[in-house]
Amino acid sequence: MDIGILAQQLFNGLMLGVIYAMIAVGFSLFFGVLDVIKFSHGDVVTVGAFSSLGAAALAGGLVALPPALALASGIAAAVAIGALAGVIIGRVLVLPLRHAPGVNVLLATLMAGTVLREAIRLGVPNGGNPKPFPALLPGGAIQAGSFSVGIDSVMILATGLLLVLGTHLLITRTRFGLAIRAVAQDGEVARLSGIDFQAVVLGTFALGSALAAFAGCMLGLYYREINFNMGVLLGIIGFASAVVGGLGSMLGPIIGGFLFAGVQTLVVVALPISSAYKDVIAFAVIIILIAIFPTGLIAERRSERV
Amino acid sequence: MKPRSRLLLLLSGALALAAPLPSAVLAKDTVKLAFIGPLSGGNSAPGLGGRNSAQLAVQLRNADPAAKYTYELVTFDDECKPNVGIQVATKAASDNSIIAGITHYCSAVGIATVDTYSRFGLPVVVWGAILPEITYGNNYREIHRVNGTMMNEGKLAAEFLTKQGYKKFAVVHDTTDYGKGQNKYFTEYLKPTGGEIVATFPVSPDQQDFTAELTRIKELKPDLILIGGLTPLGVRLRAQMDRVGVTAQLAGVSGIMTAGFLEGTGAAGEGTISFHNGAPISKYPQGQAFLDAYAKAGFREDPDAYGPFAYSATNLVMDAIEKTGPDRKKMKEVLNGTKGYKALVGEINFDDHRQNIVSANVYVAQDGKWVYWPDSDYAAGKKKLAKN
Repeated sequence: MDIGILAQQLFNGLMLGVIYAMIAVGFSLFFGVLDVIKFSHGDVVTVGAFSSLGAAALAGGLVALPPALALASGIAAAVAIGALAGVIIGRVLVLPLRHAPGVNVLLATLMAGTVLREAIRLGVPNGGNPKPFPALLPGGAIQAGSFSVGIDSVMILATGLLLVLGTHLLITRTRFGLAIRAVAQDGEVARLSGIDFQAVVLGTFALGSALAAFAGCMLGLYYREINFNMGVLLGIIGFASAVVGGLGSMLGPIIGGFLFAGVQTLVVVALPISSAYKDVIAFAVIIILIAIFPTGLIAERRSERV
Repeated sequence: MKPRSRLLLLLSGALALAAPLPSAVLAKDTVKLAFIGPLSGGNSAPGLGGRNSAQLAVQLRNADPAAKYTYELVTFDDECKPNVGIQVATKAASDNSIIAGITHYCSAVGIATVDTYSRFGLPVVVWGAILPEITYGNNYREIHRVNGTMMNEGKLAAEFLTKQGYKKFAVVHDTTDYGKGQNKYFTEYLKPTGGEIVATFPVSPDQQDFTAELTRIKELKPDLILIGGLTPLGVRLRAQMDRVGVTAQLAGVSGIMTAGFLEGTGAAGEGTISFHNGAPISKYPQGQAFLDAYAKAGFREDPDAYGPFAYSATNLVMDAIEKTGPDRKKMKEVLNGTKGYKALVGEINFDDHRQNIVSANVYVAQDGKWVYWPDSDYAAGKKKLAKN
C-alpha cells in the first residue's frame, strides 16, 4: 500500500474518531458528576444536526446570507438547542431520579431519546427521509500524490480536536471545571463548601450535550446528509468508547473513540469483503478489551475523576 | 324445518335479493384495492410516486361512467422494511373487502411477503420490486409482476458498460436480497464479456461512512464503480467519492434512478449511469396523456421512474375485476392469463410464472434529469463519461 493511501485511511480514521470522541466525552462527564448513564445522548447528536440544518436553512431563506454566517447561525442553534435539551433532560429526568437505582435513569433517558427521535421524524416536514445538508464550508481539496483531502474535512477535524482539547482545559483550568471536579469527587462535601450542586450538574449536562450537538452539526457538514435515525448507532458507539476508555475520566473516552474508529477503518483496509462486518468486529474488540480492562484503559482514580 | 323458520328463511332470502337492487340503481358497488409501498423513509420518493400513479388510475376509472364498480385505493406503508411489510401485507390480505393488491417497490419486502399473499389468497401485482425470485422463486398463482427483473438490468449493465470501454469494476452493494441479487447477476453476466471485478464491498444499507471503502477503491483504481443498492446508499457514496478523490465513473442499478438521487447529489450526480426496465414516459404512446392527467390531479410528488408501472398494474387489476366481479379467485384466473394487454408501459404478457416480459434501458444523469441514453448528450458525444 503506498504512503498516500495509508495517509488517506489514517485521516478517515481520525475523522471518525474525533466525532466518536466528542460523543464519548459527554457520557464520561455525566457519569463523572452523577454516576448516571444518559442514554438519550446519541439522539442529542441528531437534535444538534437538525437544529443546525433548520437554522441555516431558515437564516438563508429569510435573507441571502453568505455561507459563513449561515454556518455560524447553524452552529449557534445546534449548541444552544443541544445544551437546552441536556439541561431539560438533566433537570426533569436525571436529578429527581438520582437516588433511585441507576437502571431507572438509564431507562428514562433511553425513552427520552426515543421521544426526541420520533419528534424529529414526525415534526420535521418529511422527517422520515434523509435530508441533504448544505455545503457551508469552502470547497476544494489538498492533493499530494494519491492523498487527497477536502479543505472542509481538515477544518472539521481541526475544530473537533480543538473542542475536545478545549473541554479538557475547561475541566482542568477553570473555576467551573474545579466545581465539576469537586462535585464528581464528593457531592455532599462540595455542597458544604458552598458549591451550587444543581447548577454544576446542569452545567455539566449542558456542556456534554452541547458538545454532542456540535458533533451532529459536524457530521452534517462532513457527510452532507442527515437523518432522524443517525444518533442511535452513534450513541452506542460513543457509550462503548467511553466504557472501554474509562467512564469518568477525560482522556479515556477520547482514546476509546479513536480506537473504535481505528478498528472500523482497519477492517475495511485489511479485508474489503468483510466491510459489512466492520461494526461487528469493532464491537467484538471492545468486548475483549472490557474483559481485559474492566475499569477501562485509563482506570478511574477517584481523586482525578471529572 | 319448522314453518316459522322457513318463513324467516324466505324473508331473509327476499331481503338479500332486494338489497342490491336500490344500490345498483343509485350507486355502484365499491371495490377496495390495496396499494403497498414505501411511503416514508429514504425510499419514499418512488413509493409516493407509485401511490399517486395508482391513485390516478383509480380516479380516472371512477370518473368513467362505463365502469361497473367504484374503486377505493387503501394505501399501506411498508417503510421498505421486510418486517413492516409482512405486517401490512397480512393486514391487507386478511381484509376480505380488499380484492387485490398493487404491491411493493423494495425487493427485500417483496420477497418477504409472497408467502403471506399466497396463504391468504390475495392476488397481487408487483409494481416496482425487481428481485427475480419474487416471481421465479415460487409458483404462487397470486403473485404477478408488471415490471422486469434485475436479470434484465444486470445483463444490460454488463454488456453496455463493457461496450463503453470499461474493463475493471468495483461493486458496492447492500446486504439485503436486493443488493446481493444485483451483485450476483451483474457478476454472472460480466464474465462472458471479459470484464473484471477488482473488489466487492458488501455494506449495510444504512451505513453512513464509506471513506474507508472508497479509499480502498482509490487504491485499486477500477474504471467504474457499480452501486447495487437504493437511493440513500447511492447519495452517500456519490457525495463521499469527491471527498476521498475517487474519479471513477459511477453506475447504479434502477434503485438509484430516482429524483431523490439527483436532488441529494446535486452537481456531483452528473454523468451517473443507470439501468431501468421502463422506457421514458414520453416514449410510450399514452405517456403524454398520463403526464397531463397526473399534473391535472395536482399531486405534490413526481410519478418517479416506477409510477407508470404502478398505474399500469392498477388498471390491469381493475380491468380483471370489471370482467369477473369482486371475487379474488375468479379475478386471479383472469390476471394469470394476461396476454397482449395494452398498458401505459407497453404490452403486458405474463409468462408461466406470471412475470411480464420486458427489456431494460440505459439512462444517464444529465443537467439534473435522468435522460434516456440514446437521446443524451453523452451518446451524441457532446459530453464525456469519466474515464480513469
